[in-house]
Amino acid sequence: MGELRAVTYKITQHAGYSVVHLKGDVDLSTSPIARKLILECIEAKHSVLVDLSEVAYIDSSGVASLVEGYQLAKTNGVEFGLVNVSQAALDVLQLARLDTVFPIHASLDDLSKVMR
Amino acid sequence: MGKKSKVIETRIQAKPEQLKLLRGVVRDAVHMSGCSDKTVERVVLAVNEAGMNIIQHAYKNNPEGEIILEIIDNDTELLFRVTDFAEPVDINNIKPRPLDKLRPGGLGTHFINEIMDEVVYSIPKCGVGNQVVMKKTIKSD
Repeated sequence: MGELRAVTYKITQHAGYSVVHLKGDVDLSTSPIARKLILECIEAKHSVLVDLSEVAYIDSSGVASLVEGYQLAKTNGVEFGLVNVSQAALDVLQLARLDTVFPIHASLDDLSKVMR
Repeated sequence: MGKKSKVIETRIQAKPEQLKLLRGVVRDAVHMSGCSDKTVERVVLAVNEAGMNIIQHAYKNNPEGEIILEIIDNDTELLFRVTDFAEPVDINNIKPRPLDKLRPGGLGTHFINEIMDEVVYSIPKCGVGNQVVMKKTIKSD
């Protein structure tokens, strides 16, 4: 995994998606790199899933990176979603009223099931 | 402030990577007050967002700035006083954006208002910088 100060990351491929796995704290110091990873995949016309299972903390700058990814994916005609969302991240998405905006998948093995 | 109040003071530089230190102090203090884990994490988020606002909007990403966090625990409520020494910002411009339009950014003030029971912005008595005091009633949930 690459080092991102308080967060680490890796990108894998699954069922036609680029899966961006983030681990640790996605905050003002680390969200620029998370943003870059997500947007680069989408600019390469890849559908993207962001795996938040090991995200212990996410702030508004991290949420903004997800919103940018969602919007750019729409513009580029590819899919964007979240998978394995940790309780900590889900609570922040609920506060932002975004839990009903992003497609949220329970797991990589169950992409057809969108959690709302 | 009553006799029993406990005060914790933390100073950090206005650098994004120092916010993790701030979060650690807040997490421990709120946890020790007896709040639920969910409340602890929400309060950590709110104080972090206040710090972010200072770094980005008050100091305009100048890492030379200093941020002071005071946590006052008076057994029934927690007060978080966050002070900077930047040019005073227009308090009237500090407001949450509507959530009905999807766009990146602008969520920090919404989080603070949603999580805290009371939020007051002011210019410190010395006339320099900015200050926000956020109050959270202590509940075990």
